[in-house]
Order: sequence, then structure tokens, then C-alpha cells
Amino acid sequence: MTRIAYVPLGHRLAHMFEPLARQLVRLPPVRWLLTQVSRLGFSGKSLVISVPYVWLLLFFLVPFVIVLKISFAEQVVAQPPYTALLGWVDEKFLTLKLNIANYLFIVRDSLYWKAYLNSMKVAAISTLLCLLVGYPMAYGIARTSPAWRNVLLMLVILPFWTSFLLRVYAWIGILKNNGIINNILMSLGIIDSPIVMMQTPFAVYVGIVYSYLPFMVMPLYATLEKMDLTLLEAAYDLGCRPFKAFLRITLPLSIPGIVAGCMLVFIPAVGEFVIPELLGGPNTLMIGKVLWDEFFSNRAWPVASAVAIAILLLLVIPIMIFQHYQARDAEAGR
Amino acid sequence: MNEARRNDKYVPPWTDPKAEPYVRIEKVTKKFGDFVAVDDVSLNIYKNELFCLLGGSGCGKSTLLRMLAGFEQPTSGSIYLDGVDMAGIPPYNRPVNMMFQSYALFPHMSVEDNVAFGLKQERLAKNEVSKRVNDMLGLVQLAQFAKRKPHQLSGGQRQRVALARALVKQPKLLLLDEPLGALDKKLREQTQFELVNLQDRTGVTFVVVTHDQEEAMTLASRIGVMNQGRIVQVGTPTEIYEFPTTRFVADFIGSVNMFEGRIVDEDNDFVRIGAEDARCTIFINHGVAAAPNSTLWVAIRPEKVNISREPPPDASENCTTGIVQDIAYMGDVSIFNVKLDGGKVVKVTQPNLFRHAEETITWEDRVYLHWHPASGVVLLQ
Amino acid sequence: MNQKRSWFLPACLIAGFAFLYVPILSLVIFSFNASKLVTVWGGFSAKWYAELLGNSQILDAAWLSVRIAAINASLAVVLGTMVALVLTRLGPFRGRALLSGMATAPLVMPEVITGLSMLLLFVSLEQWFGWPQGRGVTTIVIAHATFSLAYVAVIVQSRLTQLDESIEEAALDLGARPAKVFFVITLPIIAPALISGWLLAFTLSLDDLVIASFTSGPGSTTLPMVIFSKVRLGVSPEINALATILIAIVAIAVVVAGYFMKRQESMRQRDIQRAIAANQ
Repeated sequence: MTRIAYVPLGHRLAHMFEPLARQLVRLPPVRWLLTQVSRLGFSGKSLVISVPYVWLLLFFLVPFVIVLKISFAEQVVAQPPYTALLGWVDEKFLTLKLNIANYLFIVRDSLYWKAYLNSMKVAAISTLLCLLVGYPMAYGIARTSPAWRNVLLMLVILPFWTSFLLRVYAWIGILKNNGIINNILMSLGIIDSPIVMMQTPFAVYVGIVYSYLPFMVMPLYATLEKMDLTLLEAAYDLGCRPFKAFLRITLPLSIPGIVAGCMLVFIPAVGEFVIPELLGGPNTLMIGKVLWDEFFSNRAWPVASAVAIAILLLLVIPIMIFQHYQARDAEAGR
Repeated sequence: MNEARRNDKYVPPWTDPKAEPYVRIEKVTKKFGDFVAVDDVSLNIYKNELFCLLGGSGCGKSTLLRMLAGFEQPTSGSIYLDGVDMAGIPPYNRPVNMMFQSYALFPHMSVEDNVAFGLKQERLAKNEVSKRVNDMLGLVQLAQFAKRKPHQLSGGQRQRVALARALVKQPKLLLLDEPLGALDKKLREQTQFELVNLQDRTGVTFVVVTHDQEEAMTLASRIGVMNQGRIVQVGTPTEIYEFPTTRFVADFIGSVNMFEGRIVDEDNDFVRIGAEDARCTIFINHGVAAAPNSTLWVAIRPEKVNISREPPPDASENCTTGIVQDIAYMGDVSIFNVKLDGGKVVKVTQPNLFRHAEETITWEDRVYLHWHPASGVVLLQ
Repeated sequence: MNQKRSWFLPACLIAGFAFLYVPILSLVIFSFNASKLVTVWGGFSAKWYAELLGNSQILDAAWLSVRIAAINASLAVVLGTMVALVLTRLGPFRGRALLSGMATAPLVMPEVITGLSMLLLFVSLEQWFGWPQGRGVTTIVIAHATFSLAYVAVIVQSRLTQLDESIEEAALDLGARPAKVFFVITLPIIAPALISGWLLAFTLSLDDLVIASFTSGPGSTTLPMVIFSKVRLGVSPEINALATILIAIVAIAVVVAGYFMKRQESMRQRDIQRAIAANQ
């Protein structure tokens, strides 16, 4: 399934560009930077702009271009294990081999479909659970006295500072067949044989909610804390009951926090690897795990790249929503 | 300067056509995108002046100030300071200092270090710096607070640190952005006089931005009133109050009763205006350069209107009648809102000269309002 | 607040915090378990700690991770602060939107994608330029710094937007050049944000398994990679001991930091009180 396109290009012209330069210079920001630098010399301002700019272009944006490129390559037994996209025919024609086999493969094989759908489902349900647990917590923290507020907030962030891997590991000891929960229930005589919790979707949900809860609570707290409490008093004064006031005033005003929190949980959860690997067991199909296995076990770099591009396409919309809110927040803070 | 002001022969520089302006603002326009913040402003400010830019929020006064400081560059036009074109000179190279509305004290430095900061940038000798800092702190009565950090000071003390920090560099021009805005009312009144005093003693030219007309009237040698990016009138406080040239200025400074009318009779030294809403003919004892039959306005300040229950001897002109609608007793004065027969409400203030007025005017009384022919100001726009 | 619902929020808070802390507590308790079966209590013992301290694989990996985390954090603070400065202080310029996008996207990018793309970049760079030769500490640091700088940028940016810009303008006005204003005025004021940014970047790096797995080479096995390979084989009391030590370090650091912050805050409050009193 190889499509070959011939791009005729002048011999001399083609040799002037190194492959990387060709990819880089086409990007408008690089073109802009080059002109800026040549025009201004190296003033302080352009230096401050260009250092992080070049860093992020090189180490954040270019890698995605490369992933895209390799997703169109063919897998070979070599180092590195993929074919080149661009080649020379008779030193005159630049050939561009676009191999869409990887994409066809991940579309045709139901394993990938199932993994995608399952990842979305798991991420969505975990996000909802996180919101249900996190909202009352954030609300409760925002409404306690300022002294308590800082302590509680610290307590929410604190687990984040201890190792994520070890916190997931802790759940193995709690959930496994001879783990803490089963031991307690059995010694109390409530159950006779252990409940199987490890290597089930349940364990994955618990793991994700547990690990990502701080990411949900923090943005929620930030919006709820900023809220003017006299708005609620005004609503009560106008005859609104507390629960209705919550639905009509507090909830709508906290939507930016809800969106930010949900995106902060949902997007990484879709690609999560550690939690399904450790808590979900071999039967849990999640796309992050699939990518990992393709890459490390099968050494199928092109397929892994195609999977990564597919995840990105799925996540483009949530990521853009997140960035929109993030940018609006930053502007509002000014 | 002080001596000069007391001298009878003192001629204000703005009335002297030969005087060289110290700050020359020439046709300055500043646009932010499509928004015109400052619109074709030309203005001369003279040495040793305390000039106030007065206007509501968003009128462009702060933008004009920031252009003087060098934080903004004019879109067009130029600014000269002491004969030098300021275009392209960054703030750190201008002989201009600014006192910020928020005071902008460096929170991590002591009072002393804050005041010394500007001098250290000039690479002055250490003992020179500490001498000037001490002198300046003495001048603003903060010598005993030299080692404190800004958050250990009260609002009034912080204001004085900000002032000292800007003045210690002996700038050619000191810019003050709402210098008294963050102080409470009592402190503000006291500080107003201190500020004028300090300006007299240091001889530095001050440009003050404020939205508070009372502040402008007390502080300024001259006031420039701004509206929608333009300077609408420049003059001494008395000129601005007693001889406004536009309805905007008359209305913005103090309160005023505005009557719309047309000229019914005129000569070189008088004019008669028929004012429909005043329900009388207004007689003005000077001529007016207005096209016949054009609409014009007469502005009369509330304190220049007399109020009485009996009609005045000559009620044919400058006299109208109405019913007292509201009375506000303010202690020093009383304010009456009188509804004329045509429906227009006129505001009148009367000083409370006696503790017991024998014959007081009360609600629903029919009263006569009259004023002197010199009291009305004729406005063409 | 409302009387009837007053039990609801405290109950939620207690349940939520129990959920957050019971697993951590269980890690600590069972690290002192004499039995090798991690979840069955076999009496008090500290032998797993002794065993941990004798395990050179874990200790070497921990030392490597700490070094990587420290270099990463320092690099991320410099780059992240530059991003924050550019976005908050340098005004509009062409390409600003792209920069702000590139600086926030790593916050939510799934780790497997970041890791894969980084690895492929390093492989391609090596092919084209011969650098980096193989993968190891350098590549891990670059990969970590790229996503850590996004976190630092967010923290510093929010501090800079809170900071009254006229303080910097005042310094310019008093004759300091822009670079000097940054180092003498801005930097000392935003220093707390830089410190918390550094700590966050340090923790992120110390904690990362996925990206490190992609970008490390032979001989650069980080602590999370060692833990992961052990945990995959089932629970191990040594890991509990390691977790307890990490938790203890974090807890002590937080208590100390909290104490100093509280002391500073109360001193500040006292000063403010005194200033108000002096004024009256």
C-alpha cells in the first residue's frame, strides 16, 4: 500500500537545503524569527523572545511534525526501525513516499477501535466522577475560614508532591484479593470469598479519580473562591432558596473552573498508561497502553506514531477548549 | 518663585507672549488600534508651573502624562522639554520623574533604598546619595521611617515616600498621577497644601493628573480640562470656573444652570436673550460675537442666583418664578431646587448667614429667582 | 450558611480527604510490617528500610533522578520565566499566539505522546546532525524541561499579572534600564513564584515514568523506572519503605515551609497593625 508521488525539483535548488532546514524554514514563526534577528541584530527583547521560542519550536512542535512523518513510514528491521520518506531518484527528483498502511492498519484492526472507544469512555466516566467528588470538596474549602482554607488546600496539593507511581502502587495493596479491603471485609464476616477488584475497570476508575483529583479541585477552588458571596446574599434576599441559588448563581459562575478541571483530567486520562497498566491488568484496553506496547514490545515505531497522531486528532478539540479558557484566564488576570 | 508671586509686578508667563514655554506639546495624537486616546493636543506649560490635567476617566489625561514620561510614544506630533525633542528618548533617559497613582513603591526595599534608587542609577558617590536622600526624607518628614519597608507605612506616609523618590532626582518635570486619589478626605485636604508648599520650595515644574475638580482648583496654577482626548479649555482656576468657554466645561466644573435661548436684541455692550425654558429674557451686560438667530446657552452658577418670596423691584428681566421642590440643608449653605412653571428645575444655593432666619423659605413656596446682568455666561458651543 | 445543609460540606470534605490520605497512610503502615506479604500484618519491623539502604540499584537510580530533576528544574525556571515575561510584559508581537499555545499545550498533552515525539525527535536529530549521541541524562533533561517549563510559565505568569506594572515603570522612570529593572526589581518580587516553580518542576521530573522511559538510554535508569519494574511484579515491602521515606521528606519540607510562611505572615500583619496605629 505505498503511494509514491514525484515532486520534480531543480537539481541545484534541491541540494541547497538540508532536510531539517527544509522542514523548519517553512514554518512562519521561524521565518519571522530569522527576519527579526537579521533586522534588529540581537537586542535584549528579541533574545528574550527567541530563546524560549526556538526551544519550544524545536522540542515541542518539530517532534509532532516528525511523529507525523514517521507515521507515514514503513517499518523495517533496522536502526532506526523505519524507512525514510524523502529520497532521491537520479539525483534530480525528490521522491515523497507516503505510506498510509499504518493508518489503514489501525483503522481496520478492531483492537485499536476498541482501545480508542474504551479510553474515551474511561476518561469521560473518570472525569465525571472526579467532578462529583471534587466539586463539593472545592466548594467546602472555598467556604471555610481563610486560615482553614490554606491548610485544606495544602492537603489537596500535598499528595501531588509525593510520587504518582507510588500512590497508584498503594491501591494495589488496598484492592488486591488478599489486600486491605478484602481482608477487613472477610475478617468482619461480611463476605466469604474475596471480591475481585484488581485488574477490573473499577480499579482503573479508582486510580484515575485518585490521581487526578487535585487537578479537578484546584481550578474549581480558584473560581469558587473568587466568587462574590454577596451575590448569594442578594439571591436569598430576593427570595431564592439556597439550593436554587446554588443552581442559578454558583454553578453557572463556576463553569470556567469546571471546564478547566474537566479538561485537565480528561485529556491526560485518555492517554494514561501507568494506571491501566498497574491496576487494569492485561485485559484493559486503553490507547496509551496500546501505544506503549506497539513501541516497546513490537518495536513498531510507525504504527505507534500513527496511533499518537490519531490520539492527537481526537484530543484537538478538548485541547483547544482548554487553551481558550487558559488564555481567557490569563487575559482576565491582567 | 514664591517671592515673584507675591510681587505685584509678577506677570504670569502664559500672559507674556515672549515667554518661552518649558514643555511644548505640539499636535500630539495617540491611537491604540482604532481608539483615539489623545486627539491632536497642543499645550504649553511654563517653568515652575503647577499644571493640572483635569477630566473624567478615559478622557486621555493619563495617556498624555504617560507620553510625557516616555511610557507611550505619540502616534503623531511631538513633545519638547526645555527645547529638546523627546521623541524616541526612553523613560530611563528622560529628565522627567513620575509619581504613580498606586505609588509603585518597591516592596522589597526600605524607604531609604526606594528614595536612593534613582540616584544610584546616576552612579553618584555613596555619600552624595545618602546626603540627598536624608535631605529629601527630612523635607517630607519621614526621616525616622528611613529603615522601614513600604508595607510598614500608612497610606499618607507611602504617598510621601513616592513623592520623595520622584523629587530626589531633581527632575525638570515631575508628573503626578492622581497624587491624592488613594487618601481619605481629611488627609487629602491637608496634603493638598503640603504639595503646593513643596512645589514652591523645590521650584520643580509639576504636571498633575486628576479627576477631582476640587483638587485641581486648590493645587493648580492653571488647569487644562480634557474631554474625549481633546483639551477643551486651559486657564487659571478662576477663569475655568467663572468664564467657561463651552457647555462641557461649565457643566463639568461645579454645578450650573443651563438655559437655551436665542438673541432677541443686541448691541456692542449688551445682549438680550430670550430663553424659553427660563421663561424670561436674560440680559447680559456685554456684547456677544454670535450669528443672529443662532442657538446659544446661558450658564448661571447656583450661588449667583438670589431667591426670595417677594418679587424683586425690577422683575422684567433676569427674573423668573417657580415652586420650591426640594431643600437640602448643608450647614454652610442651603440648596434649593426650584421648579419653574415650564417644568425646568433650577438649582440655587444660599449661604446660611444667620443661625435663625426670620423668614425661611419652605417646600411648595412660590419664589422669585433673579440675578445680576454680569452673572450669566454666554456659551456658543 | 444554611442550617439544614451544614453537615453536608464537612462530610464531603472528610470523605474526600480520607480518600486522598488512606492509601498513603496504608503505604506508611505496611512499610513497618515484618511479614513479606505486604498486606498481612506480621508485627513491627524496620528491616525493609535496612534492605532498601543496601539496594544499590535503587539508590543509584534515586541519585540519578535527583540530579536530573535538579538540572531540569533550573532549566525550566529560566525558560518558563522567559515565556511568562514575553507573554505578560513584551506586548503584542507576531507569533505570540503560537508561543502561548506551545507553552500551555504540554500541560495537558498525554505523556505517551510527549514521550514518543521526543524520542523520535532525538533519533532524527542524531540521524541528521549526529547529536545527541545515544540517549541518556541529556535527552531526559531536555524532554522534562520542555513540559516542566509550561508549569513554571503558568505559575510565573499568574504572579506577573498580579504584580502592579507601575512598579516596573517607576524603576524605568527613575533611570534603570529594562534589563536592570528585571534583575533588581522584578526578579526579587517574583522570587517566591520562581521557587515554587522550581520545586514543582523538580517534583514533576522526579515523578515521571513515561517520558523518561522513552527518552532514556542504557545506563540512565531513573528511580520511577526502577520502581515500575519492581511494582509490575507485584507488591514489595521495600517499595513501601521507599514511599514512606519520600512522604516523610515531603511532609517535613511542607511543615518547615508552612512554619516560615506563617511566621512571615504574622510579622507582616503585626507591622501593618503598627503602621496603622502609628498613623492615628
